[in-house]
Amino acid sequence: MPELYYSKAVNEALDEELARDPAVVLIGEDIGPYGGAFGVTRELFAKYGPERIWETPISENSFTGLAVGAAMLGVRPVVEIMFMDFIALALDQLLNSAGKLHYMYGGQVNVPMVLRTPGGAKGGYGPSHSQMLSNLLVGIPGLKIVAPSTAAQAKGLLKSAIRDPNPVIVIENKRLYPQKGEVPSGEFTLPLDRAVVASPGTDLSLFCYSAMTPVCVAVKNAFLQTGVNLEVVDLVSLQPLDTETLFASLRKTGRAVIVEEACLTGGVGAELSALFAEHCLDALDAPIMRVAAKDVPIPSSLALEKLVLPQPEDIIAAVKQNLAY
Amino acid sequence: MPDFLDMYRRMVLIRAFEETLSDLFGKGVLGGTSHFCIGQEACAVGVIDAARPTDWLVSNHRGHGHLLARGLDTAKVMGELMGKIIGYCRGRGGSQHLCAMDKCFLGTNGITGGGIPIATGAAFALKYQKTDSIAIAFFGDGASNQGTFHESLNIASLWKLPVLFVCENNLYGMSNPTAKSCASGTIAPRAAAYAMPGAAHDGFDVQAVYDAAAQAIARIRQGRGPELLELMTYRFCGHSKNDPRVYRTREEEEEMRQRDCIAVLEQKLPALGYDQETITQTALSARQEVAQAAETALAAPTGGLADATQGVFA
Repeated sequence: MPELYYSKAVNEALDEELARDPAVVLIGEDIGPYGGAFGVTRELFAKYGPERIWETPISENSFTGLAVGAAMLGVRPVVEIMFMDFIALALDQLLNSAGKLHYMYGGQVNVPMVLRTPGGAKGGYGPSHSQMLSNLLVGIPGLKIVAPSTAAQAKGLLKSAIRDPNPVIVIENKRLYPQKGEVPSGEFTLPLDRAVVASPGTDLSLFCYSAMTPVCVAVKNAFLQTGVNLEVVDLVSLQPLDTETLFASLRKTGRAVIVEEACLTGGVGAELSALFAEHCLDALDAPIMRVAAKDVPIPSSLALEKLVLPQPEDIIAAVKQNLAY
Repeated sequence: MPDFLDMYRRMVLIRAFEETLSDLFGKGVLGGTSHFCIGQEACAVGVIDAARPTDWLVSNHRGHGHLLARGLDTAKVMGELMGKIIGYCRGRGGSQHLCAMDKCFLGTNGITGGGIPIATGAAFALKYQKTDSIAIAFFGDGASNQGTFHESLNIASLWKLPVLFVCENNLYGMSNPTAKSCASGTIAPRAAAYAMPGAAHDGFDVQAVYDAAAQAIARIRQGRGPELLELMTYRFCGHSKNDPRVYRTREEEEEMRQRDCIAVLEQKLPALGYDQETITQTALSARQEVAQAAETALAAPTGGLADATQGVFA
């Protein structure tokens, strides 16, 4: 199986879907000859031209709304929002149009659009270019949300997202773009609503997504030397949460540490904690614990950024505390 | 040549519909809020008749006129407003979120300016799919201060999209007069910034509206890019059902009422060959249609749990 960069896996998914379905178009800023801010759409403009790759002015809310309107009439737009923080500018059309139209118009319309955006901090981009805003989106009914953590997921989930009849948000990650992984060539899709056990274990479950998944796998490997076998469960889908897989892991290990790059308050980890408490209390051997970004903006200084984001040592400390309970 | 008698019929239908709604609110039959377009009927009818039935419409919070001008089923519109299962959206959408795909009506929209990019996107799809249909976005003077107005006009012009932007300028965004919200005083001059034609027309004169829209639509259909139409109009009612109208004088309202679009057309009809009996009967039948629709809608059931909690995803 070929090894691809995560960013190239996204590119391959876009390339294949553009070739497969003439209804697919790309919409976004600087996604043409420039190839997008992170090079994800590189070479696609040369291959498909301005008929398929639509470079927009800097007008996030309107080109997202444009994608909604086009999707209602059967186009399949894939929108790129350059940095996840900029999703704030498109939020009205996501919240009030994309997520609501199918329901509020009584099922008369579908909105088969995809919005891709890289979240996460990467070495000093600062407060407006670094956040993981999954917590902002999971409370919006009508949006499917996935957060691929590997190159293979990046390809398989995006291809499924493009074919889905609903609006799907694909949260990519700037730190993952340069990571390599094995990716099946050609036709390859993954379900949009399934978590995966990234590494099976027995003693405690680490629940994580996006760029925290490889970090959790590394923590697991470090613990193996001490005789502790952690299970790493990659959420993959943030909306809906695959409770079947997540509950099964917790019921197996009896211990949960939830790790995410978003702020601690009111997000995926909080929701998951509530679900565990509601449905799996009898299986818990220790309190549910969360490791997340501090509830502050992401500072520019590398030294400060590190203090705000969850680090491997924070996860290790949480695991030790949980196991000692 | 437009069918002036049918235009008249629908203008009366819209007026009667809004007046009936107002009455139903008074009786506590309707929930939520509603934004009536009493006084603005000529804008909806004139523009929509200048378009083809296969041209897509996007409306706004003040959209009943557009719905009925397009010929949606009056009882199904009324039913939607009453939250009944016979409504176009099974009662989920209501007044500000009413869609009828079988009538190429892409929806009213409760976010001021929210429909403008959607109409632009519909135009994108129509061009991309190489049809000769166009999209029409209706919005008010208030919405023309939203970023979506400026962003969408810019994109539509850059990409030469087949979309007609129709601003119904009724002089007030809720309570705020355009003099205090729009630096250029009127909306049409803003078209120049986006390199598209834009002109203001008398929104009380349905023929003037029709002619202006027909000319713009013909150019747009030829692929010459989007246009902005500003229709100078007035709502005789308040912004929504509970509006004491403290921001304008009764004298101003009375002055505007003298220009009532329905009266203006009614006076023209005899010269167009319609006798008084025909005119009277036409108005009567429109009013009866509304009364019948209200009766049908009132008698209809509401949906159940599945209508409330299912159907979020396709």
